[in-house]
Amino acid sequence: MKPQSSWAFNIDGAALFYAFSQQLLITFNFVENTIILAAVYGPKAISGRKENPECAIVEVIWKPKTGIAGSNEREAEFIVKRTLEHIILTAMHPNTAISVIIQVVNDDGGALACAMNAACAALVDAGVPLSGLIAAVTCAVDKEGMVFLDPMKKEEKDFRGHACLVFPGRPLAATSAASLAIDNEPIEHGIVSSVTKGALSADDYLNCLERGRAASAKIAEFARSSLERAQRGVEMVVAS
Amino acid sequence: MAKLEHGSDDREDVELEAFRRLYPSEFLQQFLKEGVRPDGRPLGRARSTVLSVGSLPHAEGSAMVKLGNTTMLAGVKLEVMPSPVDSPDEGRIAVEFQMPAICSPLVRPGRQSELEPVIAEQIKNALTSTMMVDLRELIIAPGKAAWMAYLDVYCLDADGSLLDAALLAAAAALADVKLPEIAITDDGKVFPANVVTEKAQTLKGKRLKLGKIPMALTCALHPKHILPDPTAEEEGILKTTITVLTDFSGQLVSLYKPGGEVLASTSIVQSCIALAKYRGKELQKIFTEAIMKADSDDTMDAD
Repeated sequence: MKPQSSWAFNIDGAALFYAFSQQLLITFNFVENTIILAAVYGPKAISGRKENPECAIVEVIWKPKTGIAGSNEREAEFIVKRTLEHIILTAMHPNTAISVIIQVVNDDGGALACAMNAACAALVDAGVPLSGLIAAVTCAVDKEGMVFLDPMKKEEKDFRGHACLVFPGRPLAATSAASLAIDNEPIEHGIVSSVTKGALSADDYLNCLERGRAASAKIAEFARSSLERAQRGVEMVVAS
Repeated sequence: MAKLEHGSDDREDVELEAFRRLYPSEFLQQFLKEGVRPDGRPLGRARSTVLSVGSLPHAEGSAMVKLGNTTMLAGVKLEVMPSPVDSPDEGRIAVEFQMPAICSPLVRPGRQSELEPVIAEQIKNALTSTMMVDLRELIIAPGKAAWMAYLDVYCLDADGSLLDAALLAAAAALADVKLPEIAITDDGKVFPANVVTEKAQTLKGKRLKLGKIPMALTCALHPKHILPDPTAEEEGILKTTITVLTDFSGQLVSLYKPGGEVLASTSIVQSCIALAKYRGKELQKIFTEAIMKADSDDTMDAD
């Protein structure tokens, strides 16, 4: 797993930005990395046919580093949107829209997973009511069936395929965790989203699931601790 | 008396329709409790599937799929292009998926449905991952000319499980492709074979050699049941789907779950894969029969 970093900064009071980067440290220097910027606007008023009287609608706009968005980006928008709808309590803000803008600053593999982590953190920072956090991770499988976490772009052609898996974060609740289990598995082992590219056999996929779950626990822990740190920073500024 | 009974029947129909619209999830629940689906099939069964190959006369390969009410039409159009610079010994396949407004009440005229790029990308991924068509098959003369295949899939009626139907239509249309007979000169100019030119070498028309053929099975997840091949109504109510892409031999290619309300556990994933394997056998039979029928029609026409 590459070392990760995340930071939040606030512009104009209304627009909240969050950047989440996964960086690879190779002995001497930071070499390549994936950096995604996620911004959340809303809940804001909308009009027209998009408006839903029962829940807020979520819209995701994926901006590539260069050029205009193609069908690849549109597919990414769809999957990010469906994933975020899983955690956003949309029924709390009917007749509104929550827009999430994903800007790719640098893509060195695993951009989709990175974007979902960034979007989740940005939603927390924007104060949008959520049912929980998510942790996304990319797993790649090489020709021998070995699973690699978080592949880099230049490694991608050596792999048979890769999977982007999204798991729910472990809930910090007063109720016992056992009551939240699905099929005798803890809730954080359930799959929220799964997108695979390339050919993965059933065994490969189940291996990816197992490794992905272990990694997602780390990511969830990291996301929670950095969000808490960011929150404390805000509180200190407000107090002074 | 009979008239009175008829009247009460009508009222019951209206009440049923009202219940269906006002309490969709309770409506579905009532059926699932009895072990049937709203359209009358058992829980674990896919809808009846009809595949006809070679229905479009002006396309090099075409196929029409009916999966219950879901209808897809796929066609392949070939064009000669100069060999791509980055891969001189390969042709290209461009996949396009279209959902016109006539296919569903949810699609508005003039607006692209958000599903269009998703399904196009999934078809592309399935075709490249299984290597169904070796792109080297599409070469005319290495470094000079190659075939560009435009694979267009049109949705005529969107009633759920769109990817399943679209992928079946796309695969059958590609299997139906027959490269036309052509003549090529030494400097890479390509003519139809009936245009007589000097120093041109004639290449025989041929069918594409096919690798593994991909198929998809969409399953809607209910907290207690897995419903393969959901209709648009079931997809709308349950909101959670998993699409398993395999080839006909049952080898997993990809597993696609775009969010949704229900989390998938390992056992759900495994049951979905098992359902897809079973469905693969059914589809393989339908697929080979349709291709054979198209072939025999061709030879009859030739006679």
